[in-house]
Parts: sequence; structure tokens; C-alpha cells
Amino acid sequence: MHKTWLIIKREYLSRVKKRSFIIVTLLVPVLVVIFFGIMAFLAVGGSSEVNQVGVLDNSGVFTHNLHNGNNIFFHYVSGETPDHFRLHYQSEGYTGALCIPMFKINQPKGFTYYGKTQLGLDADTYISGQLDSVLESKRMQLAGISPGILKSIKADINLITITGEDQKEGSVLVAFLVGYGSGFLIYFSMIFFGMMTMRGVMEEKTNRIAEVIISSVRPFQLMMGKIIGIAGVGLTQFFIWIVVVLILINGALAVLPGLAVHAGHLQSIHAPAHTPGNNQIAMQIHQVLNSNINFTLVIGGFLFYFLFGYLMYAALFAAVGSCVDQDAAESQALILPITLPILMSFLIMFNAIQHPNSALAIGASIFPLSSPLVMIARIPFGVPWTQLAVSAVLLIGGFIMTTWLAGKIYRTGILLYGKKVTLKEMAKWLRRRN
Amino acid sequence: MNLLELKHLKKYYSSHKAVDDISFSIPQGTIFGLLGPNGAGKTTLLRMITGILFPDSGEICFDGKPFDPMADPMRIGYMPEERGLYKKMKVGEQLLYLGQIKGLPEKETRERIRFWLKKMELTSWTEKKVGDLSKGMQQKVQFISTILHKPKLLILDEPFSGLDPINTNLIKEEIFNLSSQGTTVIFSTHRMEQVEEICESIVLVNLGKKILDGSVKKIKQDFKQQLFVLELPDGYDSVLIQTDIFSIQQKQGNSFKLKLNEGNTTNQILQYFINAGIQVLSFHELLPTVNEIFIRQVEQPISITETSTL
Repeated sequence: MHKTWLIIKREYLSRVKKRSFIIVTLLVPVLVVIFFGIMAFLAVGGSSEVNQVGVLDNSGVFTHNLHNGNNIFFHYVSGETPDHFRLHYQSEGYTGALCIPMFKINQPKGFTYYGKTQLGLDADTYISGQLDSVLESKRMQLAGISPGILKSIKADINLITITGEDQKEGSVLVAFLVGYGSGFLIYFSMIFFGMMTMRGVMEEKTNRIAEVIISSVRPFQLMMGKIIGIAGVGLTQFFIWIVVVLILINGALAVLPGLAVHAGHLQSIHAPAHTPGNNQIAMQIHQVLNSNINFTLVIGGFLFYFLFGYLMYAALFAAVGSCVDQDAAESQALILPITLPILMSFLIMFNAIQHPNSALAIGASIFPLSSPLVMIARIPFGVPWTQLAVSAVLLIGGFIMTTWLAGKIYRTGILLYGKKVTLKEMAKWLRRRN
Repeated sequence: MNLLELKHLKKYYSSHKAVDDISFSIPQGTIFGLLGPNGAGKTTLLRMITGILFPDSGEICFDGKPFDPMADPMRIGYMPEERGLYKKMKVGEQLLYLGQIKGLPEKETRERIRFWLKKMELTSWTEKKVGDLSKGMQQKVQFISTILHKPKLLILDEPFSGLDPINTNLIKEEIFNLSSQGTTVIFSTHRMEQVEEICESIVLVNLGKKILDGSVKKIKQDFKQQLFVLELPDGYDSVLIQTDIFSIQQKQGNSFKLKLNEGNTTNQILQYFINAGIQVLSFHELLPTVNEIFIRQVEQPISITETSTL
């Protein structure tokens, strides 16, 4: 086995020392964090547009009743006709003119906003919301309902989910994100490292060194050395990513509470009927940290399913790689039978996240070809130990089987040059004795 | 003592018989030629000797014992016709890797690598990627990788293809050196003139079967066609020379190619000219070249010669 170790060492080092590896490994988490950062920033309100709205209220209902928002300021204008105002609001120093006519309380019509350009969605929603809110208050007043009674009627229930035997608080949203995230990560990495394995296996053929190496080591040793070496590269990359992301998150946590409060504040302004201080988002982040998601299980499961899922599929990628001789087009056709199950598992995973305990989800999380993707998505929602155990054992069995099959194809394919290999021929090699 | 003995080796594929009952022996310390046209089964044969393929039937004896596909390849160095090294790996690193997978310990491998790179004048390229070297340099590096572990049996398949005369000579020198130090060499090629220069005995295969087998000298003797070359002074025409002892096949300038007729001896040829008073400037036998024998045997195989070697 010393020889296999030599091969593993060589495959691992030759890839890890490459500049491209270092760049990708460090760049990706940075890009991901920047991406989410931008998303968060935009959501929270990165608009610097300031709206100075001149309100010409001929109904009298809204004057001095509209609340100023983050970037929207209401100024009340009088002594002008709407026709004059809508043409001269700019010269009077406003960015927009809100003309409110007299209207019947049950038929609000004719509310018009004049602006140089179309109102942004945020501003539009805000202004409409403000108008609605004031009108509602007026109507209630006319109906005899005081604001105090109104507040006590409005409902605002925050549902807390408690699951599992330890009755810990959970958040469906978080489970969804973690399940989806891990599933996606495994899908992406299985394809990525699977292709890397295939190209790695082709290395001996494209460099024409296959015979020399095979005269010194058994083909099976070479194949396993490559697969394990590349698995090592993958694990190293993930490890570095996790470390980098944790560092970045710790840095962001200082900024995050501030962001959360800010977001919650905005939310309460957009829906003034709700009491302020009802910070949904902040609460949910609080839930993540105390949630019933067993992170050790998630990370442990992720590592196990990534490793054995990769090993199982990598053997198949290696088998294909040994039959292809440089032509990328050739390989596409042979790869299809491998990428298809992976893709299907990915789609099943989506379904499984919505219905984690459906028959499809349970079955697919036990069947070895799909379990790496589906089980990892189910884990955040809680999986019985028996199912986990059976799934794990079958996955290991699957890995042993694909490796055994791949070994037979590899040992013949690796020495073949120039001939185009079909699936039929590969099947023939399976029957040849060692 | 024979280093390698092949007995009734067979390797059949569904489409054809690559090796169809081949037997021969290679004595220790010789330089042995394996000849044959394309598709003859040479590569399959060599792959079975190196443990890359396994015969369907037959035996291989290496160094007096049955061939052990795990251990024996460690004592064999194989340079296949399909030349190749990892292009993206550095020269020194790669030689170290190839040496180690042959079972050499790291420290010793590094010393040997230094020695050979110096001998082949490649030391300044140690840290360069193999892909950056010229083809001739790459082949020298590959040659080094083949002999790094001091193999008992060295198999070279077309080792000189693509090499310039200087590098060809360099490698040839090394082959002779190694042979004199006791290494047995199998040399597989189409280049017959090299065979005559280098090999002591040869085996000729075609269509999976052995056609010829024996020392180069003996084979030439077996295939000689009683041809002689005679050089006379200016002025003699074929027409003037008539006798039953021989017939003139060809005249080129002053050289006459003669065929000795059945039942006559070489002395009779000389006697004829002496009697005729014609001065003989030079006279020698024209032995067939391995090239001629090769072509003759492959195109019209007369018989499979079962001569035992040495």
C-alpha cells in the first residue's frame, strides 16, 4: 500500500500547489460573502434618492397626517390649484407633487402623483401605504372606533416551532436554508470533483505515460490513488472555505445586529399599524443560534455524504476517463449516465425539502445513488437514527461496488489508444477475468 | 543461465490472436533483439514480460523462478514505444516519483538522479517542467527513469526513434555500458541496421508466431545465398567471364556480384581467376543483412526455424 500512498501524495500535491487552486479556494468565499453583503445592503435600503413631496391636499384629510419616511419627506402646500402646482412643483423645490382632490370617503379617486420620472417601487409602496393608513384611520374614526381599540384588535402572532425529543425551538426557514445550502454544495462539488477525477485519470493517457506507470504499480492502485488524492483536495478546499467563512461571519456579526435592527425599523414604518419593536428578522436570527438544528450532525453528515458520495461517483468518472483519449466531445456522451442520476437526485432534493418525510424523500435518502444529496437536505429537519444508519451502510456498499466495477474497466481502458470505446465494449470488459 | 524463458505463451483477443504459442529464451547479460512488423505481437509480448498484461496460457520464467507480477517488475525497466512523461511535472520531481514507485528509497533515488542528470548533461533542467524540454531531452529523461533502479532486465522499444545522431550515440553507449555490467537488454525495433550493430541474438515474430530465433551470426549463415563480391581492375566485362563455377548477377563499376553454383567451392572461384590470369583486387562473401532476411521471411515465410539458441 506504500505505492498507493505515493500516488495519493503526488496527485494531492500536484493539485494543491497549483496557483489556480489557491486562487479559487480563497476567492470563492470572499465572493460569496460580498454577494450576500450586496444583497443585504440593497434589501435594507441602499437608495440614496431623497423625495421631497409637495402635498396639495384639497380634501383636508391627509394634511399633517402623513409620516415622513427614510428618504421621503412630505411638505404641505396650499393656495395653489392642482393644474398650476403640477407644472411648477419643481421650481418650488419639490421632487414630486401629490395632488389629492376632494373625494367621497368610500370612493377615493383622483389621487395623482406627478414626478419627473417614475416612482421607485419602494417610494410608491410607502406613499400608498401612508395614504391608506391615514384613510383607514379616518374611516374608523367616522365609524366610531378609536385608535386604541384598533391597536388591540390587530393580530400579530409569531409562531414558534418546537420539534424533536429535546423540545428545542426550531425555525423552518433556517432548516430550509441549511438543507438547501448543503444539498446544493454537495451537488456542485460532486460534479466539480467528479470532472476533476475524470480529467485526472485522462492525465496518464494524454501524457502517454500509462504503460510506464502500470509497469510499476497495479492499475487499481493507480485509480484509487487518484480518486483519494482528489478527494483530499476537495476536503482541503472545503476546510479552508469553512474557516474563511467563519472568520468573515465573526467579522460581520459586529455589523449584523445593527443591520437587523435597521431592517426591523424599516418594516415597522412600512406597516405602521404594527407596533414598533416587532423585529421579525432579528428574532429569526436569534432563533438560528438557539435552534434545534444539530449542527454537529449537519457538518458530520455533510462530510460523510460528500466523501462517500464523491468516492462512489468518482469511481464511475474514473472509468469513463480511462476510456477517453483527449477528445472532450467523446467524454460528454459517456458522462451522461453518471450526471443524470446526480441531476435527478438534485431535483428530488428540492421536493424533499418541502416534504421531508414523504415516501419519495425517505426512499431517495436511503438509495445510495441519490442519498448523498437527499439525505443531507433532510438532516436539518430531523431524521430517525435507523434511516441514517441504513442509508450510510448502503452508501458505503455502493462505493465499494462502483469502485470494483470501475477497476475492471479502468485496467483495460487505460492502455487503449485510438480506439473509440462504447458502453457495450465497457460492459464486455466487466466480464473479463482479472 | 537464462534470465528469461517464455514457454508457449498465448494471448488471444476476440478479434485476433495477438500472441499465438511463442517460446524462446534470453541468456543473462546478452543484448537481445525482438523484431517484427507492425501488428506482429511484439508489444503484447513485452507487456506480458513486464506484468502489464497476463497471458491466457503459457509460462514465463524470470531468473529461474516463475514470473511474479508483483515483485519482478521492480527488477525490470521498460521504456515503451509510446513515449511519455507528465508534462506539467518538474524533471527532478518526476524522476523521484518514478524511482520511488519502483521501490527505491527516497535518499538513494535522489543521489542516482543527480548522477544521471549530470551524465546526460541535463542538470540545469532539474527544476524545469518536462514539457519545457526538447523532444530529445525528454527522451533522455525517460531513459534515465527506466534505468534508475538498476534493473536486471532492460526492455527498450524503439529507443532511438526521434533522436539526433549525437543523442542516439549517447544512448547506445549507455546500452553497451549497462550490458557489460551484466544487465540483460531486450531491444525491439524495425531498424535492422541497428540490430546488426547492437544485438547478439534475435527473435523474429510475425502474426503472433515466432519466425526466426538465434544468434545473428548463425542466422546469417543459415540464410546465406552463396553470394560473393569480387573486385577486378578496370576493363573487364561480364561477357568475357564464362564458367560453370559461378554466374555473374550484377556488375557495378569494378565490383562483380557472383553467385556460386551448386557443388562448387569458393576456392574454385579464386582458382578460375588465377588460371585466367586476372588479378583479383578483393573478394568476400556477401552475407544477407538482417533487413533482407526480415523482408524475405515476412513476405514469404519458408519455414519456422526451430533452431535452439546457443
